[in-house]
Amino acid sequence: MYKMHLLVCGGTGCRATQSKQIEENLRAELKAKGLENDAQVIITGCFGFCEKGPIVKILPDNTFYVGVESEDAAEIVEEHVLKGRRVERLLYTDPENKEHISDSKHMGFYQKQIRIALRNCGFIDPENIDEYIARDGYFALGKVLEMSQTEAIEIMKKSGLRGRGGGGFPTGLKWEIAYNNKADQKYVVCNADEGDPGAFMDRSILEGDPHSIIEAMTICGYCIGASKGLVYIRAEYPLAITRLQIALKQAREYGLIGKNILGRNFDFDIELRYGAGAFVCGEETALIHSMEGLRGEPTVKPPYPAESGYLGKPTNVNNVETFANVPVIFLKGHEWFSSIGTAKSKGTKVFAITGKINNVGLIEVPMGITLREVIYEVGGGIKDGKMFKAVQTGGPSGGCLTEKHLDTPIDYDSLLAVGSMMGSGGMIVMDEDDCMVSIARFYLEFILEESCGKCTPCRIGNKRLHEILKKITEGKGEPADIERLKALGNVIKDTSLCGLGQTAPNPVLSTISNFEDEYLAHVNEKRCPAGQCKALLKYEVDENLCTGCTLCFRNCPVGAITGERRQPHHVNQSLCIKCGVCLEKCKFNAILLT
Amino acid sequence: MDKIKSLDDLRKMKQAVQSQLNLRERGENSENYVQIKVAMATCGIAAGAREVMNAFLRKIEDDKILAIVTQTGCMGYCHSEPTVEVKKPGEEPIIFGHVDAKKADSIVDKYIKNGELLEGIIPVNYQTIV
Repeated sequence: MYKMHLLVCGGTGCRATQSKQIEENLRAELKAKGLENDAQVIITGCFGFCEKGPIVKILPDNTFYVGVESEDAAEIVEEHVLKGRRVERLLYTDPENKEHISDSKHMGFYQKQIRIALRNCGFIDPENIDEYIARDGYFALGKVLEMSQTEAIEIMKKSGLRGRGGGGFPTGLKWEIAYNNKADQKYVVCNADEGDPGAFMDRSILEGDPHSIIEAMTICGYCIGASKGLVYIRAEYPLAITRLQIALKQAREYGLIGKNILGRNFDFDIELRYGAGAFVCGEETALIHSMEGLRGEPTVKPPYPAESGYLGKPTNVNNVETFANVPVIFLKGHEWFSSIGTAKSKGTKVFAITGKINNVGLIEVPMGITLREVIYEVGGGIKDGKMFKAVQTGGPSGGCLTEKHLDTPIDYDSLLAVGSMMGSGGMIVMDEDDCMVSIARFYLEFILEESCGKCTPCRIGNKRLHEILKKITEGKGEPADIERLKALGNVIKDTSLCGLGQTAPNPVLSTISNFEDEYLAHVNEKRCPAGQCKALLKYEVDENLCTGCTLCFRNCPVGAITGERRQPHHVNQSLCIKCGVCLEKCKFNAILLT
Repeated sequence: MDKIKSLDDLRKMKQAVQSQLNLRERGENSENYVQIKVAMATCGIAAGAREVMNAFLRKIEDDKILAIVTQTGCMGYCHSEPTVEVKKPGEEPIIFGHVDAKKADSIVDKYIKNGELLEGIIPVNYQTIV
């Protein structure tokens, strides 16, 4: 019998930093010491603390090792497994008091988190159905199959769960509509087409706990009267696909999906459908068309998929994270679930926090927590002690919020009220070095690439918005441009066909309303306050500090610097390409960036 | 593999696989369980700490005791190895010296189950910093 479990993170992030090698080395070291029957190595899903990956957690003594490298395996086995001594240098160091913390519960990153959707991520082996069952897996399905369909839907409605893909539509209501539409065949679709830049919530759930999605889809199938489920997943998520396929095979072998599930007169099975990674296919009508083999283009709603969806049949589409909450609602009760969160937003939300923040990673926090708590307590504050400038939520459809919004509670309605949105859970933090005009331009570039081109406002309108922004960042903007951006942005919002176009101007509009002075500086003074817009930068030599060492002269790739040895040098602005080499090379701080 | 054909089958399945995860679930909530720490430094191992640890593991499994068995480094009581620290939830830890497999059983039977003290207790002269 094993005395110790060594959990090694097998999420995509930690895999990329050689966690596979760590696993192999740990196994080899254990074998070499004859401990392979004492300590078990388990590959789990994502722990969330990606900033400090790869993570190795040891239980039962609850030791959390961070930044482990494959060479550390020998020391972990020799010291920890054999001799019971923690490897101090691999423990997390508290950034404030510099003390080592061995138990993840005492880390700021984990203290404010409540893990419902991520309950099994980083705890069980996602490729072993037994471990999911040991965590009450498939018991929610068992419970639901003893209820009537309407009873189960009622519980979903009372729980207050809302769609986690971004829209926030009440899930129970969605199921009820699909249930009420009569048809010979209905479908349950799991939307795993996660497309927001920097977002990886759904991928991590599928990689870390695929059975929770299978169970929830089966529950949904029973509730609405569907016998078929489809997971629409991007082909660029190979690990999630593999784990889902393994999980489906195991569930089928156990008879937990298939014919007469748990001895009841209910059949349900799930297939995978692969997407090519188009952002617009996250929109449910476009997603359905893509699954049908048609172009991934949205169509006007109504008809809603609940009436006429996949192959014209009633279809219920929910996002991965929404499904991940479902089994817990039935296990612990709707009262328990709705006791977490705010009046209108129940439960928790998973966020992928990235950008200029100390603890980049995957977090799950209760609704109603403030942005400040997430950024400064869970996220550990801004990198390198810089100033916070903005936080972007909701991906390309959301908006940028500033210092004055930091005490806004995170829930669907509060975020909308301040001009952003919940979205699917991407959260990008920006510091003083980020130029908000460039950020808006970046999101628009993403939209231009991802717009399907079907409707004119989105296809042409966003192109024009982008052109104006490009003009401004190149120092050719004129005062009327800002008004033009606002007017055009609002027209695109009002007239686009689907959610992609209707929300595409949000990053532009929200940066104008929150950072108008930055736009004005670009337009009126031809200056980029954050020093990011290359065309607006000017490299000059401070004649008092320049010693004439010729280092900049010798390193300038375009010969834009002139000057005699031991005499102050000069930058020829018409030749300068603003590469910044002179600034980097100068040892006397004599190059000024203005 | 037999199919799971009813909720009862699923319950049986869970019972059969539960022990795989006990160690992890208890470790995550260690403050709610009896913690048995076996000193496993070189001197402890030489004095037979490994057999003692195995004895505890067997005993808690057989008697279904809600406990966690872990190993620690040298506790400093080299005169009394193998030494074992037992901490019940909400109580001060107690250290037993000269523990062997037989004594491990009686620690579980007498102290953990009934709160009776045994011979060979070493006065605690340190503080644990969590």
